[in-house]
Amino acid sequence: MSRRLAIGYLAVAALLAASPLVLDAYFLDVLNNVGLYVLLALSLNVILGDAGLFNMGQAAFYAVGAYTGAILSTRFQVPILLALPVAGLVAAAFAALVARPVVHLRGDYLLIVTIGVGEIVRILLVNDPWGLTGGANGIFGIARPTLFGWRIRRPHEFLYLIWGFVALTVFLFHRLEQSRFGRALAYLREDAVAAEGSGVNTARYRLLAFALGAGWAGMAGTLYAAKMTIISPESFSFWESVLVFLMVILGGAGSIPGVVVGAALVVVLPELFRGLASARMLVFGLLMMVMMVVRPQGLLPVRARRFRAAASPAPRAGAAEGGP
Amino acid sequence: MEELVQQLVNGLAVGSIYALIALGYTMVYGVLRLINFAHGDLFTYGAYLGLTLLGSFALQDRLGLAAGLLVLAVMVMGLVAVLGALLERAAYRPLRSSPRLSAVVSALGASIFLQNALMLIYGARYQVYPDILPQTSVEILGLEIPVLRLAVFGVSITMMAVLFLFVQKTRVGTAIRAAAIDQDAARLMGIDVNRVVLLVFVIGPALGGAAGLLVGLYYGQISFTMGWVYGMKAFTAAILGGIGNIPGAMVGGLLLGVVEALGAAYLSHSWKDGIAFFVLILVLIVRPSGLLGERVAEKV
Repeated sequence: MSRRLAIGYLAVAALLAASPLVLDAYFLDVLNNVGLYVLLALSLNVILGDAGLFNMGQAAFYAVGAYTGAILSTRFQVPILLALPVAGLVAAAFAALVARPVVHLRGDYLLIVTIGVGEIVRILLVNDPWGLTGGANGIFGIARPTLFGWRIRRPHEFLYLIWGFVALTVFLFHRLEQSRFGRALAYLREDAVAAEGSGVNTARYRLLAFALGAGWAGMAGTLYAAKMTIISPESFSFWESVLVFLMVILGGAGSIPGVVVGAALVVVLPELFRGLASARMLVFGLLMMVMMVVRPQGLLPVRARRFRAAASPAPRAGAAEGGP
Repeated sequence: MEELVQQLVNGLAVGSIYALIALGYTMVYGVLRLINFAHGDLFTYGAYLGLTLLGSFALQDRLGLAAGLLVLAVMVMGLVAVLGALLERAAYRPLRSSPRLSAVVSALGASIFLQNALMLIYGARYQVYPDILPQTSVEILGLEIPVLRLAVFGVSITMMAVLFLFVQKTRVGTAIRAAAIDQDAARLMGIDVNRVVLLVFVIGPALGGAAGLLVGLYYGQISFTMGWVYGMKAFTAAILGGIGNIPGAMVGGLLLGVVEALGAAYLSHSWKDGIAFFVLILVLIVRPSGLLGERVAEKV
């Protein structure tokens, strides 16, 4: 992580930590929504940005996580923060199961399949399987989270919970970028054939990326359920997936700061122009078309990693002529 | 037994509408390898334009029902075709040589834009078509079959047959097929590929617009978001038949319509809209080249 980026993150963190002093409950709630979307966008970024898999069904994994958390909380009285990792695992397992047969499909086919998965999950939730999901009404009465005996219910308390999780996510995902896993993903995104040829098991890494991204979306879903205390299928529609997709593309696929900025813009801009609320999606659509012509790499695109030799050795005479 | 035949006829009527829309997807994909996500919305524009023209000109009263509807259909198809050509110029041509993701995102953006423009113009509520068609039935082999269903089926099949002959038998049709196989080679043979692409973006939307008009007349109720459900189903039909393959789109559409009608009747009605997605995922896993997809296997 470069120094400038670290300073940027610290500044944002300081502003957020101080925001309850100046903002009222309404705007704090907007910030909480931004935080949840940042989590979702970062989770999709692992799949779409890092692995280059066109997933337009992220809302499905978000929904699986939210419903897992909600069911554990309302039926089994599991504290919601304990349910969080379980929801992540369930969403990841679900994604691995679904993605297993389709992950090899080429770009736009995968896109269509993931749209299909999103719709099937939504229809499934509406149809109330085994009386678990509450049909179109959804689940209500989800318990508030408690942290070390502290009950979290007011917007500024959620602000610290959600953005704390965002900070953890940003840190972990930056570490992931530098890891063997992250480098393998970058390789297979740039050239899958060359990656496969160099011994990178592309199918396995793609599946892992899918499961990781979906699992993270699942945890974001549980946080959402805890914040709203009520969830219903309409919160996990196709448009939710489109919005998250847009955040990643707009900010710069593969770039963590870019995705954070993209998510913030997509949530906050419509709040600033509430008078134009009905034209909001129209503007998004136009933006997507214009963006692809003008700046397809996103607002803060990912920069190629540079490696510097520890100490540059003096150029040897004759080295250019080649080896043995 | 009677229930079964009724559902079959119903499925064929709906399926022929899917097939009409699927032709637009499949032709564009055949030439550009692009999923035109906005195609479903062009279909919706056909339905809304039909409603407006029906209300403002009342052609069916001036020219009689059959001639009035024919003129109406020609007007709707022409207008939607113009929209399709504009869409190609604005959203797709600037990205012809860009990476795949850019074109996909632009197509989605176009879809969102078109859908919301429609909502801002007409409002978010359902629109209702005037009742101008007779609700009569004919008796075939002891079964009461609504004339409207037969008419929808007949009109769709006729249009598809005309398109098939056009693509197979004319010089321009040959140019379209050549560009679908290899754009560069087609260009070397003196074919103006840009004009072929434009033509594909005129024919597909015209058929989609006609399908929109048929849906309006057949169901009587239209909404600005319906393009996305119909679009997904038509796309499923195109994949089912083998994308890029014109007869495949027709077969896929009819088959999907029948499967959906039977599934909704005998399995579960609440899963009706999910059936198409299951079929889609199943086909992509088991046979991504589709039923009639041999010819385009190398493209997939």
